[in-house]
Amino acid sequence: MREGYEKEGCGMQKADVVIIGGGPAGLAAAIALYKKGVTDIRILEREKKLGGILRQCIHDGFGLTRFGETLSGPEYASRFVRQAEELAIPYMTDTTVLEIEPAAGDMPLHRVYASSAAEGFVEIQAKAVILAMGCRERTRGAISIPGTRPAGVYTAGVAQAYMNLKNKMVGKEVVILGSGDIGMIMARRMTLEGAHVLGVFEIQPYASGLPRNIEQCLNDYQIPLHLSHSVTEIKGVDRLESVVISQVDEKLAPIPGTEKEYPCDTLILSVGLIPENELTWMAGAKQDEGTKGAAVDEYFQTTVPGIFAAGNVLHVHDLVDFVSMEAESLAEGAARYVKEGSLPECRLPVTGDEMVGQLVPERISGQSDVTISFRVRRPLKGCAVEIRQGADVIVKRKLPKALPAEMIQITLKAEQLNDRENLEVKVVC
Amino acid sequence: MERFDVIVIGAGVVGSAVARELSRYQLKIGVLEKELDVACGNSSRNTGMLHAGFTYKPGSLKAECAVEGNKEFDQVAAELGVPFRRTGKLVVGFTDQDRENILKYKAIGETNGVEGMRMIGKEEIAAIDPNAGGEFAMYVPSSGILDPMQYTIALAENACRNGAVFRFGQRVTGITRNAVENIYTVETDTDRFEAKWLINCAGMYASQISAMLGYPDYPVKGFKGEYYVLDKKAGAYLSIPVYPAPNEKGGFSTHATPTIDGNVLVGPDSYLTDGLEDYKVTKEHMDGLFADGRKMFKQMKREYFIRNFAGIRWKRYDPETGEILEFKLEADEEHPNTVNLVGIESPGVTCALPLARRAAAKLVEKEHPEKNPDFDPVRPVRKRFYEMNHEERKKAIAENPWYGEIVCRCETVTRAEILAAIHNPLGVHTVTGIKNRTRATMGRCQGGYCETRITEMIEEELGIRPEEVRYSKKDSYMFTGNVRDAR
Repeated sequence: MREGYEKEGCGMQKADVVIIGGGPAGLAAAIALYKKGVTDIRILEREKKLGGILRQCIHDGFGLTRFGETLSGPEYASRFVRQAEELAIPYMTDTTVLEIEPAAGDMPLHRVYASSAAEGFVEIQAKAVILAMGCRERTRGAISIPGTRPAGVYTAGVAQAYMNLKNKMVGKEVVILGSGDIGMIMARRMTLEGAHVLGVFEIQPYASGLPRNIEQCLNDYQIPLHLSHSVTEIKGVDRLESVVISQVDEKLAPIPGTEKEYPCDTLILSVGLIPENELTWMAGAKQDEGTKGAAVDEYFQTTVPGIFAAGNVLHVHDLVDFVSMEAESLAEGAARYVKEGSLPECRLPVTGDEMVGQLVPERISGQSDVTISFRVRRPLKGCAVEIRQGADVIVKRKLPKALPAEMIQITLKAEQLNDRENLEVKVVC
Repeated sequence: MERFDVIVIGAGVVGSAVARELSRYQLKIGVLEKELDVACGNSSRNTGMLHAGFTYKPGSLKAECAVEGNKEFDQVAAELGVPFRRTGKLVVGFTDQDRENILKYKAIGETNGVEGMRMIGKEEIAAIDPNAGGEFAMYVPSSGILDPMQYTIALAENACRNGAVFRFGQRVTGITRNAVENIYTVETDTDRFEAKWLINCAGMYASQISAMLGYPDYPVKGFKGEYYVLDKKAGAYLSIPVYPAPNEKGGFSTHATPTIDGNVLVGPDSYLTDGLEDYKVTKEHMDGLFADGRKMFKQMKREYFIRNFAGIRWKRYDPETGEILEFKLEADEEHPNTVNLVGIESPGVTCALPLARRAAAKLVEKEHPEKNPDFDPVRPVRKRFYEMNHEERKKAIAENPWYGEIVCRCETVTRAEILAAIHNPLGVHTVTGIKNRTRATMGRCQGGYCETRITEMIEEELGIRPEEVRYSKKDSYMFTGNVRDAR
C-alpha cells in the first residue's frame, strides 16, 4: 500500500473510489465495483480485520436470502473477505477516517483523511466515496433511564463484543430492556454461558425484533418476553443491584402502582440502532428527515455528487443479506459515475404516508428500474401497500401481516414509471 | 503505617488545591480519598463555570474567594494546562421584576469587585449570540467555562509532581490525637495514617470529619440538581452561558451552558435531598429540565441527549432561622494543627485555590516550613489529537505511531492518549479515570465503540485479570471472569 505516495511522510494517495467501512456493505460494494471494471479502490476499515459487526455475530441465520443457506456472521463475512482478497482489492485496516472534504470548484476530487498507526496520517483523493460505516446502538443516555450509574449496564452489542470477541463474561443475573434482535440473541447467548436471564422487557406493545428470534432465542429457552413494560429505575452504587420495571400505558408512560423490582447484576439494552453519519454530514450531504440518514437517489448517491451511501449507514436493515444486495446495486451507479463523471438527474421525490417509515430512496429519475425499501410504523394485518404516481396506482401489493421489524422491498420497472410525477407510497387498510 | 506532616482528607477540587498549595513547602503531604480517583463527588458534578462573584454577600469569604479565583484563572489555567475559555455570561431578563433583580445583583457584584458588568439591549445580545433569548441582559465579561474534572486532576497531578502523595480507596473512619506526641492518627476502613496536621476537605462528609476533629457537626442541607448533557451538535448553537434573571435570593433556575469541550449542559434544577451521595436522576426532574431548558435553549431536542447526571450543593444553615450560611474555614488552638473547611459548595471550583491558600496559610503561619526548592507550578500538557490540525497530526504520529490509532471515535482519542492516561501520575486505573482524563466514552456513542478497547488496554498495561477491572468505584467490577477458560 505504499504506491501513490508523493513524498516521504506526506501520505497522499489517489484512487477512483474510497470505501469507508469494511463490513458487509463496504465489501459487497468493493467486489461489485471490481467486477464492473472499477479496480482502483481503497477500503478503509477502523477495526483490525475486515468483516464489520458480523465478526461478533457468532449465531447463525445469515445468508438465507443471499446464498440460500444459513451461515454464522463470521462465515457470511468471510465469503466477501475471501473474494476481496482473491481480487486483491487494496484495503487498510486499523485505519480510521477522520474527515471528508467534498470536491469543490477548483478541487475536482473528494479528499478523505484517515489516521493509522501503521500508515500515519493519510490523505486519499478520489472520484467517488462510498459511505458504508454502518450503525451504532442507542444508549441509556439517549432514552434517559432514571436511576443511579453503577457498572453492569451494557448495550447488547457491547456485551456481545465482550463475550464473543474478548472472552469476557459481563454478568450472571440479567435483565434485558428492548426486544431488538441483538438483545434477544444476547438473551440466548448469556443463557448458554450459564447466566440467568430474568426476562426481556419491551416498552412497545409489540416486539421490535424478528419473529424467528422470539422463537429461537426466547421461547426455546423459556425466557419471558414482557410487552408494554420498561425499566423505570436503575439501582446500585458500585455494581447494578436491581432494576425497577413498570408497565406502560398506550402513550408509553409508566403506570403508577405497577412497579416491580428485579434483583440483577446486569442490564442489557437493545433499544435501537442509529446510522453512524458523522462523516456523511461532514461531507456536506443532506439528511433525509424520514430515515435520519443521508437523502439518496435511486443510484444511492447523496446530495453531494460522487458520494454514495448504502447499508446500515443509510437505513437500518433487518437482514445483512439486504445490506449486501443494496451495496451491490450502489456499485452499479458508482461504477457508472466513475466512468462517465456524472449520473442522470433524479428529480422526483419519493414520499410515504404516516404509516410508512425508513423510506429509501428519497428521489428517483422515473426512467430506470428502482427498488423501494420501507418499514411499516406499527404491526398491521390485512392491509395493502399502494405505490402511486399522480393518479395512477403503479403497484398494489397485499400485506397480510406486516411488522416494523421487517423491511419491505418493492421493485418497480422503468416501464411502469413516468418521469414527471412524484412517487407516493401509501398503506391502505 | 504511613506518617505525614499533613494529611488532607478528601481529593475533590478543594483538597487537591490544598495539596498543591502545601506542596510549595518542604512538607510530607498525604491526601486520603475514599474513592478511586480525584473529583468523584461534586467537584465533577457541576456546570463547570468560572463564576464572577456577583450573587454572593459582600464581605463574605465566598465573595472574596470567588472574585479572587476568577481574576487569577487565566494564569492558573495556563500553568496547569486546564481547558478554559473566558466566554463571559449573559443574564437575561424579560420583565421589570427581572430588571430589578438583575440590577440588584449588578450592584452587589460591583461592591464585590466584579469588573466590567454592563446592561445591554436586545441588539447587543443578538450580536453576542443570536441564539440567546431575552429583552435585555447583564453582560458579565469575566465569567468563563472550564473542565472541572481536568482542573481537579491538574491540581492533584501538580501536587503529586511536587511531592504530595495520594492514597485512594481510603475512607476515614476515625481520628484520634496523641497530645503528648502532638500527632493525629487517622483510621480508614483498611489502613492507619499519622500526621501532625489535618485539613478537612471532605465535601459532603465535611461535617462528619469536623465532628471527628472536635469541631461542631455543622448542619448542612443538600440542594440537589440534575443535568442533561447534550451532543456537540447542539453545542454548535451556543457560544456563551445564558442564565435567566436571578430570583430575589440570587438563585438561578435551569439554564443552558456550553461546555469547554463543545457540549451543552442543561440544568441544574434545585431540590432538597437527604442522601449525602444521592446522585440518582429521576424522571420527574428530567422531564422538568426538558421543559425549562427549552425556554433558555431553543435547540434542546431529544435526539441530542447523551447523558444525565446530578450534583448536590451541601450548604451550611442555621437550624434556628433556616438561614443559609456561607463557607466555613476555621483553625483554632482548641483544635490544634487542624484546618476545617465545611459547607464549601458552589462556587467551590472558582474558590478552590483561594480557599487552599488560606488553609495552607494557617499551617505556614505556625510551622514556618521551608520553601520547596523543586516546586514547579507548571503542569505540561500535550495538545489533544482532537484539536490538532493536519500537519500537527502527521507530526504526532511520526513521533509516536500510537497517535495514529483512534480508540474513541466520537471524541477522536488516540491509543497514545489512552496509554498516557492509564499510566497517569496519580495511579488511577478505573475506566472513568481514563474517561475523565481523555474524554474517551464521553461522546454520543457513550463507549459503544471504545469501551471494549479501553478495558482490554487496562488489563494489558497493568497485567490484571478481567474481573479486576473497575468501572469507577471499589466494587464496580465489569466482568465476572472469562466466558470460557483456555484449556
